[in-house]
Amino acid sequence: MIVDSRARIADKKGWGNYFLLTLETPLIASESKAGQFLMARVSEHPFPLLRRPFSIHSKDERHIEIFFKIAGIGTALLSQKKPGEAVDILGPLGKGFSTDKVLEGEGVALVGGGRGIAPLYFLAKELRSHRASPKIFYGGRSLEDLPLKERFEREGFDLRCSTDDGSCGYKGLVSDFLDEELERLSASRIFACGPEAMMKKISLTARTRNIPTEFSLESRMGCGFGVCWGCVKRIRKNGKAEWIKICEDGPVFSGEDIVWSEGEE
Amino acid sequence: MTDLSVDLGFTKLRNPIIASSGTFGYGLEFLPFFDLSQLGAFVVKGLYFRERNGNPPPRLAETPSGLLNAIGLQGIGVQRFSAEILPKLRKFETAIIVNICGESDEEYASSIEFLDRQQGISAYELNISCPNLKRDGLCPALDPEATFSVVSLAKKQSSRPVITKLSPNVTDIVEVALSAQEAGSDAVSLVNTFLAMAVDVESKKPVLSNVFGGLSGPAIKPIALRMVYQAANRLKIPVIGMGGIFSAKDALEFLIAGARAVGVGTANLVDPQAALRIIEELKSYCQEKGIEKIEEIIGSIKV
Repeated sequence: MIVDSRARIADKKGWGNYFLLTLETPLIASESKAGQFLMARVSEHPFPLLRRPFSIHSKDERHIEIFFKIAGIGTALLSQKKPGEAVDILGPLGKGFSTDKVLEGEGVALVGGGRGIAPLYFLAKELRSHRASPKIFYGGRSLEDLPLKERFEREGFDLRCSTDDGSCGYKGLVSDFLDEELERLSASRIFACGPEAMMKKISLTARTRNIPTEFSLESRMGCGFGVCWGCVKRIRKNGKAEWIKICEDGPVFSGEDIVWSEGEE
Repeated sequence: MTDLSVDLGFTKLRNPIIASSGTFGYGLEFLPFFDLSQLGAFVVKGLYFRERNGNPPPRLAETPSGLLNAIGLQGIGVQRFSAEILPKLRKFETAIIVNICGESDEEYASSIEFLDRQQGISAYELNISCPNLKRDGLCPALDPEATFSVVSLAKKQSSRPVITKLSPNVTDIVEVALSAQEAGSDAVSLVNTFLAMAVDVESKKPVLSNVFGGLSGPAIKPIALRMVYQAANRLKIPVIGMGGIFSAKDALEFLIAGARAVGVGTANLVDPQAALRIIEELKSYCQEKGIEKIEEIIGSIKV
């Protein structure tokens, strides 16, 4: 956990409301693992007050990248920053995906919905370096909501797209697409990130097929390092459902442990 | 070299900066960021006698320059705190203050009875002002008599100094503060958060599951400062001031208005090194102004 108050924006790309920032921050980069996140200040003034959480999208020796969609004033301000400017970031935070459980040659499905694709690029690269073969499902409303399609393809990943309006790939929800593909695909593990409804559906699908899952959850956060207790989610711990902090114990949780809705306990 | 130490009467702090309860976890969370021995004091997150679950999410809403929270005092309870956390805190050369909550006067007394047997605690802060526990933010600090009752019982039980944390959600802060003083409180800390709310215009629902929450951050600073000034003017016991302190300038405003020490709260969430940064800024300020003892500044307001 490091505060880098002067992480320089080395590069910036934008597609409509989606943005990719490359930040120069060697110390944070060297410690980051797939599935971890960082907290970024979007203003040096007291408004907006809180840092914003972002999944780490990728890293190299000196840089990390974050990918986000404008969702409010915080992300809007961040999207206006220019290369050369500095961003105050705190990271890496949380626990990442358990890639150590993935075996060599294992078929793994990665499912990203909308901006939820953010942590899966880092994960896909890490899995490939373990010689596992990740199959990536990338869903969005429309082709414009899949701005990272080319990036995955350029890296030679096995990418399957879906859109609600059929403008790219499978027409329909990415969770349904995954369900159909699992009929013929060998996937012994699923990692997913996206809207809660999508993740909940994937969790049910996987449960009936007996496939272990891990989900990266999203929440508003006050601090990102376990102090404010603002980002809790119902999680089973030793068989008992409790309010568990997403920032500290997550953001990645096993699908078996997540209580998606009340009454499910 | 400026002397930053301040005397609270019952204890001396190395500097007037206290990390406030609810924004500083149990202290250990901040070890990656700085040495806790640099703080004047820190107040651990509010503890009930037993472990407590807290409110369902959403627990947070951001408002202009403010943070609205309804955590509901989720926490590990005094017994787990004493067994798991306190032994790791004792080595730090700073005052450790334990914030105590209760459903009843008796629960405060039970927690104090238990904690009195533990080493390494400098004082208790009685949290009688959390707005997130009962409907409409009810809590003892809204009523001078309820305040008197819980503070006198706690004082009778405690072998350590007692600080009473007051609520700003009252018409007359001085009346409640005087009541705490009369009950034997060794100091008062103010303010806790303001009862507030936010509405989601799409769903027409309150943003917080608890409907109401407590507002903190720079948005409340001027009101908190006014209340600290009013209380400090009338009390004999020390006032610990807090509410939206993000910089040494903010801290100085409270000290000048009469606070003998100040709490840094929400700033810790935004900048984990905020308390340390404010101490450094205070030092530079005193050096620049040729102030030898920071105590010279306390209550120096010219009205």
